Amino acid sequence: MTKNTEDLLQKAQELRWKVGGDFHEKITESIYRNASRIADRAVRREDQEQAFDLDRTIDRLVTSRIWGFPIMLLLLTVVFWLTISGANYPSSLLADLLLDTVHPALKDLSAQLDIPAWIDGLLIDGGYLATAWVVSVMLPPMAIFFPLFTLLEDFGYLPRVAFNLDQLFKRAGAHGKQALSMTMGFGCNAAGIISTRIIESPRERLIAIITNNFALCNGRWPTQILIASLFIGSLVPARLAGLLSALTVVAVALLGVGLTFGVSWSLSRTVLRGEASTFTLELPPYRPPRVLQTLYTSLIDRTLIVLWRAVVFAFPAGLVLWSSANIQVGGASLAEHIIHFLDPVGILIGLNGVILVAYIVAIPANEIVIPTVLMLTVLVSGAAGVGEGAGVMFEMDSLEKTMEIFRAGGWTLLTGINLMLFSLIHNPCSTTIYTIYKETRSVKWTAVAALLPLVMGFIVTFFVAQLWRLGAG
Amino acid sequence: MSDRKKVRNPEGREAVPEISEACAACPVHHAANLKKLGVDMSQWDFVVALAGNPNTGKSTVFNALTGLRQHTGNWPGKTVSRAEGGFEYRDHRFKLVDLPGTYSLLATSLDEEIARDFILFGQPDVTVVVVDATRLERNLNLVLQVLEITDRVVICLNLIDEAERHHLEIDHRRLARDLGVPVVPTSARYDEGLDELVQAISEVALGETRGKPYRITYNDPQLDRAVAELIAEIEEAIPELPNPEWVALRLLDGDQRIIEAVERGELGELHAGAAEPAARALEPRESSAAA
Repeated sequence: MTKNTEDLLQKAQELRWKVGGDFHEKITESIYRNASRIADRAVRREDQEQAFDLDRTIDRLVTSRIWGFPIMLLLLTVVFWLTISGANYPSSLLADLLLDTVHPALKDLSAQLDIPAWIDGLLIDGGYLATAWVVSVMLPPMAIFFPLFTLLEDFGYLPRVAFNLDQLFKRAGAHGKQALSMTMGFGCNAAGIISTRIIESPRERLIAIITNNFALCNGRWPTQILIASLFIGSLVPARLAGLLSALTVVAVALLGVGLTFGVSWSLSRTVLRGEASTFTLELPPYRPPRVLQTLYTSLIDRTLIVLWRAVVFAFPAGLVLWSSANIQVGGASLAEHIIHFLDPVGILIGLNGVILVAYIVAIPANEIVIPTVLMLTVLVSGAAGVGEGAGVMFEMDSLEKTMEIFRAGGWTLLTGINLMLFSLIHNPCSTTIYTIYKETRSVKWTAVAALLPLVMGFIVTFFVAQLWRLGAG
Repeated sequence: MSDRKKVRNPEGREAVPEISEACAACPVHHAANLKKLGVDMSQWDFVVALAGNPNTGKSTVFNALTGLRQHTGNWPGKTVSRAEGGFEYRDHRFKLVDLPGTYSLLATSLDEEIARDFILFGQPDVTVVVVDATRLERNLNLVLQVLEITDRVVICLNLIDEAERHHLEIDHRRLARDLGVPVVPTSARYDEGLDELVQAISEVALGETRGKPYRITYNDPQLDRAVAELIAEIEEAIPELPNPEWVALRLLDGDQRIIEAVERGELGELHAGAAEPAARALEPRESSAAA
């Protein structure tokens, strides 16, 4: 620092005392005054009678004390109901194509080319089938869910959700803007965590980061939707199944929101103590969504990117799974050894070894939980007739067939419910963990954010399982 | 808007023979000159920063100019990190940096700091401030603050269609005169006015238009005296600084980041042209588009 700059800072220090403490306000005030004068000269408002203000009328309805929450739930339910009932048919079409047509064709081709059996198995029965499964199961629901969600976002509904939730967050000792980062987390937790940058106070930002994982993300929606259709939807007559499944998914999502509040509350009263800061939330005008462009960008931006991520992780996972199912150690395959090892823990919490293995395999991407579970279940239960052999991901052209696999694996309603719970409450995926580290630059808080939900998941599923068995026993 | 198609598809030019060469040479007919470069940002000639209040359509303008598809959403705070893209216009390559939306540059939160630091230390050749025409007064707060830092500014008066819907009429020529920098009315959502915007950006970048920015008046003799005294000191310590008044105000306000910059001599370096790119002052870039 040169003498001149030292003098300068010294002088600034002195003058700061002279101009007084309301300096900041004076500046802000002057800026406002100047801005308002310039704006007045440039803007002319056509005088007209106070017309019916549509924006304000809608706002009064969707943010009203009485109707705000019911409308929110209704919209969510409609979105899921459309997703669940709309995805069934294209899903089975894709399964027909990729699994029943392309897969045998590939097998024929490799037989003609005399490709060694292990390469054929590894690539076609492992890598290809895993990928095909992910595509046929995930693409249709995503292609319906994301555009619908994006339309709501484009229309301007999300800030109203934030407005409705703001009070609750404040009561939990967190920042109202956390409502926005949480909503973002419903798309992708990594993106949700980046979006916490809009929160000024580090304390409230940490709370928002740690609890973001309780917002169900892309990778977990398909699991919820599938398990809800299979285990819950099947409890009622077919015409009600779609609705009940949708309501179940909404309930799980709401449980996530509840956990967000609960954990935020506990954190802000223990390790992250402090006052909630106030802020102004701006409600943007409603804009007519541009439907075609929204469809296009949500397909490119969200659906394909998420799908691509799933595929990138599914292919190697398929290779690993096929190998572990076919490498024999002491009379049983590697996969069986691991599953039997984890089975006691799994069963204690109402799940099973297969599911726990699937969650370890799926740390890079939650999307591949269900394919892994199905493949491993076939393997250990030896459900004959459904799979084509060890480590082969089988055809999934109907929900009943999938259900057969689960039954063969000894699944009950409890397994389904606990899988949905565990899918909501477990560690974030590796991308999210890495993002948390990049944003907080703290190993400690990254570890807390990763392990807290995992521990909670074990506790919740454990108690649900005990209560269930008590009730059933 | 007859040449809108060609913006998307420059190869299609031959298909429209009625456009004469004179036409093509005229700066107004520049749609054919605009080439969207997406993320290809090699060897740019100019850096353009895109600032503005939240939810004024910055990302939409960004997408329209670069041909990228940063996800846009109708809510404030969508862009929390910087996004970058490029376009080429009349043989010059421009790098466009989409800054987080902020209401002010007083740097109280991370996103405000990212925006402020980029405009100050990143030294963009042009700063485009995207303004919501339906909320002009509040948006001008940011504009005035940007004008205190740099005179290389273009105002993009966006959402003109919404203003019309609300029966607001905005005299953009008067606004341009008052602010002392070019003002371009646009409706980025419907691809209107963007040609003129690119034209204005290029003129400011090439120095063909030089702004005479509006200065905020404070009507406070004591404050004015303090500022004047401090400006004298600043000019002695850091000669040739383009915005001594702004620095004086920040120092009086006790802005820690600016005090540090003075201590480390960063402001002086910037102006001497010896500054390494201000990237070190900034967060690593990352896109939230994958959401």
